[in-house]
Amino acid sequence: MKQHKFKILLMIVVVLLPLAAVELATFLNQSLSYRSPVGVEGTEQTPRMQGIGDEQAEAEQEAREKPYEEAEYREFPVVGSRVAVWVIAQLHLLFAAFVLAVPIFALIIEFIGYFSKDPALKKRYDRLAYEFTKLLSTSFSLTATFGAFLTFMLIILYPKFTNYLMSVFSPTFLPYVLLFFAEAFFLYSYYYGWGKFSPRVHLALGVGLNLVGTAIMFIANAWLTFMTSPAGISETGALISTWEAVTNYTWMPINIHRIIANVAFGGSIAGAYAAYKFLQSRSDEERAHYDWMGYIGNMVAIAAFLPLPFAGYWLASEIYAFNQTLGLTMMGGAFSWLFIIQAVLIGNLFLAANYYLWLGMGRIEGAERFHKYIKYLLVAITVCFMVWATPRSIIATVEEVRAMGGSSHPVLGLLGVMSAKNTAVNILILSTFMSFLLYRRAGKTAVVEWARKGNLAQFAIFAAVCVFVIFLGVYGYFVETAVRIGLSIPQVLSVLIAMVAITVIDVFLFRGAKKGDTNWGKIPAVSQYVLIFLAVTFTWLMGLMGYVRSGLRQHWHVYAVIRDTSPDAYTPTLGYATQVVSVTVLIFFVFIGLVFWLTSLSDKKSWQERAAEEAEKKARQAQAGDGGWQPEPAMLRESNPADAS
Amino acid sequence: MHLYVLLPILAVMLLLQWRKVGMLVWLFVYWIGIFVILKYGFTTPVPQSVISLYMGIITFALIIYISWDKKRFRAVVDPLVAFMTRRRYTVPLVLVVVLIPSLVATSVYLSRTAPVQAPFFARTVHPATPASISAFSTDYDLATLDNPLRPLESDDPQAFARHVANGRAVYYENCHYCHGDDMTGNGQFAHGLNPIPTNFADSGTIAMLQESYLFWRIAKGAPGLPEEGGPWESAMPVWENFLTEEEIWEVVLFLYDFTDQRPRAREEVH
Repeated sequence: MKQHKFKILLMIVVVLLPLAAVELATFLNQSLSYRSPVGVEGTEQTPRMQGIGDEQAEAEQEAREKPYEEAEYREFPVVGSRVAVWVIAQLHLLFAAFVLAVPIFALIIEFIGYFSKDPALKKRYDRLAYEFTKLLSTSFSLTATFGAFLTFMLIILYPKFTNYLMSVFSPTFLPYVLLFFAEAFFLYSYYYGWGKFSPRVHLALGVGLNLVGTAIMFIANAWLTFMTSPAGISETGALISTWEAVTNYTWMPINIHRIIANVAFGGSIAGAYAAYKFLQSRSDEERAHYDWMGYIGNMVAIAAFLPLPFAGYWLASEIYAFNQTLGLTMMGGAFSWLFIIQAVLIGNLFLAANYYLWLGMGRIEGAERFHKYIKYLLVAITVCFMVWATPRSIIATVEEVRAMGGSSHPVLGLLGVMSAKNTAVNILILSTFMSFLLYRRAGKTAVVEWARKGNLAQFAIFAAVCVFVIFLGVYGYFVETAVRIGLSIPQVLSVLIAMVAITVIDVFLFRGAKKGDTNWGKIPAVSQYVLIFLAVTFTWLMGLMGYVRSGLRQHWHVYAVIRDTSPDAYTPTLGYATQVVSVTVLIFFVFIGLVFWLTSLSDKKSWQERAAEEAEKKARQAQAGDGGWQPEPAMLRESNPADAS
Repeated sequence: MHLYVLLPILAVMLLLQWRKVGMLVWLFVYWIGIFVILKYGFTTPVPQSVISLYMGIITFALIIYISWDKKRFRAVVDPLVAFMTRRRYTVPLVLVVVLIPSLVATSVYLSRTAPVQAPFFARTVHPATPASISAFSTDYDLATLDNPLRPLESDDPQAFARHVANGRAVYYENCHYCHGDDMTGNGQFAHGLNPIPTNFADSGTIAMLQESYLFWRIAKGAPGLPEEGGPWESAMPVWENFLTEEEIWEVVLFLYDFTDQRPRAREEVH
């Protein structure tokens, strides 16, 4: 086998070597300067050599006489400065989001384990939290590397603008660096100190890690939100107050939105890691563990994802309130079509997340009785998805536009406005919550006396809130815009109240309930691809929405204060922007694949153990002689309990 | 809705329910039924881009519906496998193998021989305003600009009605040729324009906007549209060259009054 491999390798080398030699020779031939075939250089001056010499001397003289000028911009080859900074910033942000999110839910899981009274459960949760934390070490290094990369790119490509940002935010940079040191301390002591410190000390380290991580994000958010909604400066950009610049209009909405989005994103990536490990698993025990891990990762992602549209809505309304032009560019102008793509991606997320839950019900004994409800949930989610994705201004041919009497359809156009979309999102969230509730109670039988009444109360709350949300949605068509925007608040509140009320009833309803077994690991493999799909879609969505937030400023570095005068100061076409986002997502997944691989190395046996196993296997094969099947020693031990002991 | 499209589809579904057909047949019927309703069921045709979007979502949902339950999945896959492997289906299989590329070829042929049309045009209904504009020798900050005549609505209703009446005169002297008698964007010149003029009666147009926005659009017309999002291909004249500032504010009042809509109120900045 080894000889065979060697031959293949040799063949590749034999093919590649001449190719490389030819390539090198061509390169050298092309790059060497022309030399005259007659005479010897330096002794006989030709007119051509004289001309070249004069040109060189002139260029040198010009360079010497040129006064020093501060560069405003520098050009990045091939793709241009904007795309270069865009890709690196996005990669930095994706890793940073992951590094900030994982400690949040790892700590929560560790807390659950710590307070659990069942030792087996305690151990299980502890292992899960550790498994999540294992992903952090490499990711943290990559975050820092991309962060440094981004800083250098900004200094090199946008020196004047970077200098301006430094002048406004100079008091924030040192605390940022110091916090980064603290983050490194907490992260590595949290990871390497697993099982080494007492649980309380370890939990305190986790709390410290989260606090420092959040503080770092808040500082960085001040820089970027200032660019969209500047504050604390004069009309010419001169600094008046750094604190006001930090606490600008969109700072807190971004902070909140990012915390929630990071958790959703981090959960989905952790779920994808579990899926990767599940698909590689060779034993039922491993499959069961990674199935559970994937389930928790997905649950974290979806739990954080449910309130995310509300946080996004708040952010968008603050942008609108800060400046109508920005709001119109975003929702009705050049960027509005990206929100249709966003709706399609989010609709896919909802569909896929529900699909995963429904597939997961297959591993619970006694879940069959809930199967009949799933088709109704699927219909509700699909209809809401279609409403959300319906564009107000439709892409149409001239004939279609004439037939419609405008760029919006007389019937479907009604679904393109915020009233319909808010209603659809709320019902979508409520339906997903009901899917989760069905999953939660699958296999359980309530034993309390008031079980029937409890079920009825839950259904009544669900139905009442659905009717209320739809009523407000329809009512929104008959009132002015400011009132309509205000209606979103009771819609959201009613959904949140319904979710809390139904959950509270459910907890008491199933206290002491009879439970069917959950066969972890007994789930179709397609479910694991759904987890990977969710992670990719989340990443894509983050890239796309990040572009909208940043691109909104259009030809401004700092909106309406510092103008972008570089060659890249134009808004790229939607197609081009989505291509850049997609390529960035691909690069991120190459790197995250590296993180998964490096992380899983720690589970691998040492090379000596693997070599010993290989030798043992060969010896067994040799003993068998004819290559017939021989039981493995481990199997023999299992079949004879006395041996095993 | 066209009932002559909807009713036959419902009839087919009832028939299939009565005949208790398999899941695979239902899958086809749902998919084709929804497609036919979207394509031919609406009085005003639904643009192809929306049909494609909806059918993508429906396809994804149907795949989920059949695949999350093992029994249902087998009920769909087993007949397909039998169709492709059993000898008795050889003739229909050959027909399908010929039919699918033929349909694709037909589709390509039809798309290539379709009459030439103007390209797709994604219209931006609400182009973004500039921060400020200059008109009538004055600089206006659009973020803070309000209709100076609007307070009369509560302070002096008679004066307000007079301004609305003036706005009506301005509209019918200048605007209705394109925007139409009833403001639906269907004036006598509209058919020569691409894109056609905005439909003010639609709740998604002026009701979504503050009055300063309308002032900007009327005063500056097509040449005042922002660079981004172009080319605009708008025929809107620069009305500051033909109307006074007060006339523009009056016609703005009339637009809202006639369509029975309210301008968007200014939100509070927190």
